[in-house]
Amino acid sequence: MSTSLKPRRWPRLGDVLLWLTTGAATVIVLILLVIIVGDVVRNGARGLTLTFLTQAPKDGMTAGGIFPAIFGTVALVLLMTLAALPAGVATAIYLHEYARPDALGTRIVRVAVNNLAGVPSIVFGLFGLGFFVQFLGGGIDKVFYGGAKVFGQPALLWAALTMAVLTLPVVIVATEEALSNVSGDVRLASAALGATQFQTITRVVLPQAVPGILTGAILAVSRGAGEVAPILFTGAAYFLPKLPHSLHDQFMQLGYHVYVLATQSPDVDATKPLLYSTVLVLLLLTFALNASAIVVRSRMRQRFSKSHG
Amino acid sequence: MAVQSDSSPGSLDVKDLSVYYGGKRAMGPVTLSIPGRKVTALIGPSGCGKSTFLRSLNRMNEMIPNCRVEGEVKLDGEAIYGSGVDAVTVRRRIGMVFQKSNPFPKSIFENVAYGLRIGGMKDHGDIGNRVESALRHSALWEEVKDRLQESALGLSGGQQQRLCIARALAVEPDVILMDEPASALDPIATAHIEELIHELASDYTVVIVTHNMQQAARVSHHTAFFYMGDLIEFDSTRVIFTKPSQSRTEDYITGRFG
Repeated sequence: MSTSLKPRRWPRLGDVLLWLTTGAATVIVLILLVIIVGDVVRNGARGLTLTFLTQAPKDGMTAGGIFPAIFGTVALVLLMTLAALPAGVATAIYLHEYARPDALGTRIVRVAVNNLAGVPSIVFGLFGLGFFVQFLGGGIDKVFYGGAKVFGQPALLWAALTMAVLTLPVVIVATEEALSNVSGDVRLASAALGATQFQTITRVVLPQAVPGILTGAILAVSRGAGEVAPILFTGAAYFLPKLPHSLHDQFMQLGYHVYVLATQSPDVDATKPLLYSTVLVLLLLTFALNASAIVVRSRMRQRFSKSHG
Repeated sequence: MAVQSDSSPGSLDVKDLSVYYGGKRAMGPVTLSIPGRKVTALIGPSGCGKSTFLRSLNRMNEMIPNCRVEGEVKLDGEAIYGSGVDAVTVRRRIGMVFQKSNPFPKSIFENVAYGLRIGGMKDHGDIGNRVESALRHSALWEEVKDRLQESALGLSGGQQQRLCIARALAVEPDVILMDEPASALDPIATAHIEELIHELASDYTVVIVTHNMQQAARVSHHTAFFYMGDLIEFDSTRVIFTKPSQSRTEDYITGRFG
């Protein structure tokens, strides 16, 4: 029996239902996003003045700006990158270029890295307090400062290292991916010309992987810029009259400042505009970092997708 | 076998060479003498072990996990699998060109200079001279001399393959191994490469794997026929293609299988 070719009057029911439900879900997500971002921009943009960006909070955080928090965030993120990038890239190079992929040790390290990525950030905060602040910092104090509290307290250094541990998986995974995107052909070509493995890695593989590694680094930074939990016990301060001037000083940070403004203000109505503007700055910062990661990635694609032929 | 090993430099003496992948024999034992300053073609159906054999001549098979080699290969009397002999040193004397052209995503100049730089050459003048001479040798110089700083990935497929040959020539090896170097190229580019291979034989020993029987007949002085991991016959190309002594060789070159 042949199927009739006469036109259908109605689209099929399944198609319509799926179109409706998926479309509706998309619209809901979009609306939520617009509400959140719109609310923040509408209420925060007015307060986003030069004074706000360059002054310290005043009058119990009901006036003034957020410069110490911006400074602290940037310092934290820079130090974190300085620690996480070399360690993460080195780990990824070892895992991808040297370790035998089927060896038990390699598999354990990989599982550990993946699990590290899934650990709640507050746990990293507690780990940082126990390991960096008390064990390492306290140990340094005992050995070098005769027990006086110098490093054995929450500080910029410990917060940055805690944050580095948190972002390590991001760097490792991104770097490994960048390394595996380097074609085996050029590795063979290099080896066939009498290159040592070290020469192949440093002269052929890494230069091609750099954009991918940078993308990972920027994603790690943007993750780090937004996290609060890891620095709660390891170095972030509620309010500081001065900027940190050494690694063992405490610091203010944007995300933590948002929390403080939202919960600790003596005058909620006076703080509200400041809170909105602070959130807007945090969003803009994270957005800018993510956008630069996307730009770096697309540059990389352009550079290496030039066809063979 | 029938070919006598002559005194030209760059000769390879292979004795009882076998290659195993994870305990399974892929090739051998093979014994043959590849004469220096000549083109030797390796032919045979897919999976016959000819590429495996080629890769074992400059220890590139060591890049493959679980690969094991038994037997002996001597380059001008020196054992390349001798204890303490570094694969890196071997590969500087026995270069390789691959089936798919694989230039580095660097400039044309830096592609050819790569082997020199990793070998420790620093002087700009020396490197420039060697790059030019390698590019002339591979018949690419006239086409690229005005764009040496441009990306090698902008070259055509045939040009890329000649660049890969130039890159191998620049380090001045004794032997150049080629694994189906023209199989991905159009007929004109293939003709270029074949002409080049013929010319290279005045200065280098060339060992070439090819699927293309006419190509083997055109470019090589000697031909080795591999089948199921064994060397079936090795003789001058003329003998192999006109009156082979083995019936399996004759069946293959007349197109009865493969």
